[in-house]
Amino acid sequence: MARVLIDPITRIEGHLSIELDVQGGKVVEAKSKGDMFRGYEKILRGRNPVDANQITQRICGVCPVSHGIASSKCLDAAFKNKPNKNGMLLRNLVLGANYLQSHILHFYHLAALDFVDIKAIVNYKGGDAKLLAVKEWVLDEIKSKKGQPDEITTAAPFLPRYEGDFYIKDQTLNVDAIAHYLQALDIRLKAHKMVTAFGGRVPHLMGLVPGGVTQVPTRSLIREYRKNLKEVEEFVNKVYMNDVIAVAKAFSEYFKLGKFTNMMSYGLWDKDVDAMKFTMERGVYVDGKLKALDTSLIKEQVRYARYNSGSDLHPLKGQTEPDPHKGGAYTWLKAPRYAGAGMEVGPLARVVVSYLSGNAFVKGEVDGLLKLFNADLGAVFSVLGRHTSRAIECKLICQEAKVWLDELEIGKAPRSTYEIPEKGEGEGLVEAARGALGHWIVVENKKIANYQCVVPTTWFCGPRDDKGTPGPVEQALIGTPIADNKNPIEAARVVRSFDPCIACAVHVVEGDREIGTFKVC
Amino acid sequence: MSFNRRDFLKIMGGSAVALGVSGVVLEGCKKALMEAAKRTNVIWLQAQACSGCSISLLNAIDPDIASVITQGISLNYHQTLVGGTGDAAVSVLENAVKTQRKDFVLIVEGSIPTKSDEYCTIGEVDGKYVGAREWVRELGKNAKAIISAGTCAAFGGIPGAKIRETGDNPTGAKGAQDLFKGKTVVNIPGCPPHPDWMIGTLVDFLTTGKLDLDEYNRPKKYFGRTVHEQCENLPDYKRGRFAKSWGEKGCLYLLGCLGMDSNCDIPRRKWLGGVNSCTGCGSGCIGCTEPVFPDTGSRGIYKHLKADAGEIMKIENADIRTAVLNLKNGGTING
Ligand code: SF4
Ligand code: SF4
Repeated sequence: MARVLIDPITRIEGHLSIELDVQGGKVVEAKSKGDMFRGYEKILRGRNPVDANQITQRICGVCPVSHGIASSKCLDAAFKNKPNKNGMLLRNLVLGANYLQSHILHFYHLAALDFVDIKAIVNYKGGDAKLLAVKEWVLDEIKSKKGQPDEITTAAPFLPRYEGDFYIKDQTLNVDAIAHYLQALDIRLKAHKMVTAFGGRVPHLMGLVPGGVTQVPTRSLIREYRKNLKEVEEFVNKVYMNDVIAVAKAFSEYFKLGKFTNMMSYGLWDKDVDAMKFTMERGVYVDGKLKALDTSLIKEQVRYARYNSGSDLHPLKGQTEPDPHKGGAYTWLKAPRYAGAGMEVGPLARVVVSYLSGNAFVKGEVDGLLKLFNADLGAVFSVLGRHTSRAIECKLICQEAKVWLDELEIGKAPRSTYEIPEKGEGEGLVEAARGALGHWIVVENKKIANYQCVVPTTWFCGPRDDKGTPGPVEQALIGTPIADNKNPIEAARVVRSFDPCIACAVHVVEGDREIGTFKVC
Repeated sequence: MSFNRRDFLKIMGGSAVALGVSGVVLEGCKKALMEAAKRTNVIWLQAQACSGCSISLLNAIDPDIASVITQGISLNYHQTLVGGTGDAAVSVLENAVKTQRKDFVLIVEGSIPTKSDEYCTIGEVDGKYVGAREWVRELGKNAKAIISAGTCAAFGGIPGAKIRETGDNPTGAKGAQDLFKGKTVVNIPGCPPHPDWMIGTLVDFLTTGKLDLDEYNRPKKYFGRTVHEQCENLPDYKRGRFAKSWGEKGCLYLLGCLGMDSNCDIPRRKWLGGVNSCTGCGSGCIGCTEPVFPDTGSRGIYKHLKADAGEIMKIENADIRTAVLNLKNGGTING
C-alpha cells in the first residue's frame, strides 16, 4: 500500500490536503484534511447581529455573496423580517452574477489545467495576437531562466505541474482552451461588474443588509448589469458549454469516476419573499428517493475532527472546543450529516434534485447532454456530471437574470426595515455556487449569543463521521485509478470537480494551547 | 524578458484614454516594465486568508491580470492559480528556501497565526507539515521586499479580531509585519484591497525602489486622504442631508459611516473600473483599510446608536444630534 499525499491541493480556495492509500494502481482509502482555521464563530459572539453580514462574507472571498445572503436571511428570520420584493430580486441578481463568475473561474482557471496541455502553446502557428504574446512569453521564459537560480519558476504559475501523459493531445483543442482561459478572465470580470452594480463592490459586498440591499436600483445600474450580462451569456452559450462538452468527450472515463449519490439542495433563486418557492428545487435525494428537506435533521459530528466538544449537534446548539492532539482526528473540518447520511451538495446536487422534481429547463438540458453522450442518468454522478451541471446552471441564470431585471422597481426602496429584538433565533439557507450553505443565529440582549455556519465544503470534504463512514469526497475518491503515485493527477481531478472552498469549511477554535509538530501517519 | 518600448505600449497603452485614475497605474507599469526590463519573481503566500485579495487582484482592469502575469511579473507561486498541485507546487517554495533565492518579492495574503503553526499549514516537506508562519519567516529573510496584501496580512483583519468576552483572539492572528521586527513590510490594506493599489504599489517599488509610506506603512498615494474628504456624499453632509435608513438619499453618517476615520481613495477611484463604490452604493464606509478593523473604537462594524444615548448627546452638530434623537427606528441603526 502506498501513501500518496497531495498537499496542498491547489487551484481551490484555501488550505486542503488529501491523503490516499493506493493499492494495485487504485485508491482504496482517502482522507480529506482541512489545514487552516481562524475562529470566526467565536469572533462573532457578543457583536451586533448586523455585523454578521460583513464578518461572514470574509469567511470566503470566492463566495462572499452567498455568505452575505445566508447571513441576511438568518438575521431576517431572527428579526421576524422579510425582504421586500426589490430586496429579494437584488439579492438574486448579485448572487446570480457571482455564480457566473465562480463557475467560469472554476472551470477555466481552476479545473481546466488538469486537462489542458499548457505547453501546447509553444507549437502555436496561428496569428492571434494574445496567443502569440503568450507563446513568446513561454519561449522567452524557457530561454532566459535556463540554468538560472529561478529556473524552477519557468512559465510560472502554470509550471511546474504534474508531468505525464495526462493532458489533451489535440493541438487545436489545447490552443482553443488556452485562448478561452484568457477570454474567461475577462468574462468573469464582467460578471463581477454585475455584482458590483448592486452590491457596491466585490469581493465582500458593501450593500448586503437584512431586508435586502442598500443600493437603490437605477436605470444606469440596470443598464450596466444588462450590458455585461449579454456578453457573459454569449460566452456561456457559445464557448463555455462547448468546452465542457469537448473535455467530456476527450475524458469520457470521468463519467464513471468520482461517484457519490446522496444529494441535497436548499433550493435556489427565490421566487417569493418568504423564500419557500425556488427556480431550482429544494430537496434531498438519498437511497434513490427524493424527499422533502427538514433542516432539523442536520447534525455535525466530530469524532475524527480536532474538537472535543459534543458531537452530533444541530447547528443552533453547535459547540466547537478544539483538541489538536485528539487521537485519530485528522482535520479541522467537522462531519455534517443529514439524518445520519453524508451529502453531496453543489451544482450536481441542485441539478439532480431539480431534474427529479420535474424542472423543465434542467430536464431539457440534462436529457440533451445525456443523448449527446449516449449515457443514462447514472452518468451524472461523476466528475463530468459536476462540470456539466455548472454550465447548465450558468445558462439558467443568464435566462432568469433578465426576468429579475425587468421586475425591479426602479428608484424604489431596495430593502425592508427591521428591528433587532431582545431575543431571537434564525436560520438562513442559501445555495453557494459550491453548495448548500446554512447560517444559524441565536440573539440575546440584541447581541449575537451563538452563530454557526455549516458550509458546502464541510458537507463534501468533511471527514469520517462518528460511525467511521467516510465523507463524500473520501468516498468519491475510492476506485480512482492512479497511474503514477508521484503525479496523482486523477485524484486531483476528482477533488477539484467538487470545487472545494476550504476557508469556509473550517470551524472556530477556542483556547490557545501550543501544539507540537503534528503528524498524521 | 526584455521589452522594447513600442511592444510595451502596444500591450499596455491600448485603452489609456478610458483609464481615468487607473492611468496612474498604467504610467507606473510602463516605466516599471521598461526600466526593470525583466519580470520580477513574485511569491504569493496565503495564510489565514479567504482568498478575497487574490480574487480582487484578478479584477485588475488596466493592466489586466493576464498581462500582469505574463508581462509584468513572474508569479512563481500562488495557491489559487498555479498549474501544479501538491509536491509540484510546493517544490517552488522549497527550492526558494533551500537555495536561499533573493530574487523575488514576497506577497503575503491573510493573517499569520502566532499561537500555533497548526492553525495554518501549507504543504509538507520531508514528512512534516509546514506552518504558514515558517514559510513567511524563511522566505521573508531573503526576499527583496515583503508586501502585505489586504487588511489581514497588514493588521490581522477579521481573523485577528478580538473575542468580545475575553479581549483575546482565537489563533493569535497577526499581520506579517509582526514577524519582521526592524524590517519594513509594506502594507496594502483593504478588505479587499483595490487591484490598482496592489499593482500600483508593486510597480512603484520596482521602478523607484522606495515608497512614500504613512505611519502604518501604507502608500500615501492611495491612503493619504480620508474617504470623507473624497466622498460622493460630501455635499449632502455639508448641507445636513442625512439618510436615516439604508437606501435613502443623503450622507450616511447617521447610519454609522466610518469615512471620517478611514483612509482610501475609493469614492474617487471606485471599484471594477468605475461601476460603484462603498459610499456610493448607500452602505457607507466600514473602515476596512484601518488597523482597528473590524473593532473600530470597540464599536464593531455597524453602530449601536440606540444603545448609546450618551454618545449621541456628545454630537456637536445640533442638526445631526436632533436627527439622531428623532430617529424612530427606521430599522437600520437599531441595536
Ligand atoms: S457618507 Fe460617510 S464619508 Fe460620505 S460624506 Fe457622509 S460621513 Fe462622509
Ligand atoms: S471606502 Fe471604506 S469600506 Fe470602502 S474600501 Fe475604503 S476604507 Fe474600505
